[in-house]
Amino acid sequence: MEEKKNLSQKEISRRSFLKGAGIASVGAVIATTASVDIKADTKNDSDVIGKNGISCEFDVNGKKYAQKVPPRTTLAELLREDLNLTGTKVVCDRGACGACTVIVDGKSVCSCMTLAIDSAGKKIETIEGLANGDELHPLQEAFVNHDALQCGFCTPGMVMSCKNLLDHNAQPTLPEVRKAVSGNLCRCGTYPHVFKAVMDVSGKKGE
Amino acid sequence: MRAYLPKYNLTTAKSLEHALQMMNDSKRPIAGGTDLMVLFDMGNLPPGDYVNIHRIPDLQGIEVNDDYVEIGALTTYSQLRQHEIIQQEFPCICEAAKVTGGVAIQNRGTIGGNIANASPAADTPPALLVYDADLKIVSATGEKIVAYENFHTGYKQMQLAKNELIQRIRLPRKNKHNLHYYRKVGTRKAQAISKLCMAGVANFTPEKIVQIKIALASVAPTVIRCKKTEAYFCEKQYAQIDICEAKRILQTEIAAIDDLRSTKEYRIQVACNLIQEFFDLITEENNE
Repeated sequence: MEEKKNLSQKEISRRSFLKGAGIASVGAVIATTASVDIKADTKNDSDVIGKNGISCEFDVNGKKYAQKVPPRTTLAELLREDLNLTGTKVVCDRGACGACTVIVDGKSVCSCMTLAIDSAGKKIETIEGLANGDELHPLQEAFVNHDALQCGFCTPGMVMSCKNLLDHNAQPTLPEVRKAVSGNLCRCGTYPHVFKAVMDVSGKKGE
Repeated sequence: MRAYLPKYNLTTAKSLEHALQMMNDSKRPIAGGTDLMVLFDMGNLPPGDYVNIHRIPDLQGIEVNDDYVEIGALTTYSQLRQHEIIQQEFPCICEAAKVTGGVAIQNRGTIGGNIANASPAADTPPALLVYDADLKIVSATGEKIVAYENFHTGYKQMQLAKNELIQRIRLPRKNKHNLHYYRKVGTRKAQAISKLCMAGVANFTPEKIVQIKIALASVAPTVIRCKKTEAYFCEKQYAQIDICEAKRILQTEIAAIDDLRSTKEYRIQVACNLIQEFFDLITEENNE
């Protein structure tokens, strides 16, 4: 009983527990390779990014983050692991499903196959940037109103693809909406509701 | 299984010269990453040193002059499908760009990367073949122009040395066509690699087909032009064209195989159907 009480007092979430365990195992890897590369290989030229981590500034949802990233880090890894913005989901991790879609400089990209350093200094928008406190973005509200999600795992990517469409085309036609989310796989089959939600936001009643 | 990360190094090139110089030291290029990051994720990307060329200005932009449309190798599918001159004069390229991946892939994937990835199932190369594209290729020591038709020499083989980069894709503007045809056949419209795709252009009069070009992907170790089939269609009265004979000739030119996406039999049948559809379109246009 005593033990149980202690655990609950510490309030360890499943995620922070897993992260802690992950860091412990990564630590073991670094220890074995640390003798090979230690210093950041930036030479005297800030454009040259070498073997190790490089300090970059990221603009995510209008907030600036200074973060040191190894060049091979993907944008999805940066967002989820380093910046703790876990709204962006990773499903296939190879650009096939669109769950990790975020907007970089006004263009939707698969964050799982975009390198973080390629997004440094650019304007990154993620699902966390849509709501204003407790006030949902109209697109999020429409998704809720139209039941445009079931399990919800594809939803952050789906919403970002729709936002990207509406940013460029405030009054899309139904085929344009379909095209916009064609790269987002939803195995619950919520597409008709997604279409209605987007058409609703655009002011047209989706047929 | 994901690749073992410490085996990879990545350097971002600040200019074309810088990239080429690093490639001379046997570093390999990565652009949009829509092919390499898939291999990387699956643990199939060869370990080693890579050069990130994605921000090099000399490889970007679409330039239009009197003779050519010159497409920078880093031009994305989104840029291709939105370009007015390409829409007007090279519509097959826009069609191909539209059906490559989904929007997020089209925003990252580059035409130069697509060519250098040398997949025989790639969507844009058949369109480049029918428009007689050529490639400007650069290295630290010089540059060369290669006709795209001769570029791929075998499965994943091409006239591109390890220290060379594709800089521009040039499309000649002098050839005008009455009809452009592009069709991708895949499991679904978006996010699927094609089972087969075909691009075709034709010039014809009410009497005969003056010129026709047909290119197919996913039916041979490389994307191919079907010149014997083209020759059969040309300079004949329409009544003399036996479409069954054209299909028979087509089958001698392709070498379809069974793989994870489709079967040999299906591909042959679809290739024949697409030729039929293209020819039907020509005759329909004529009757209007």
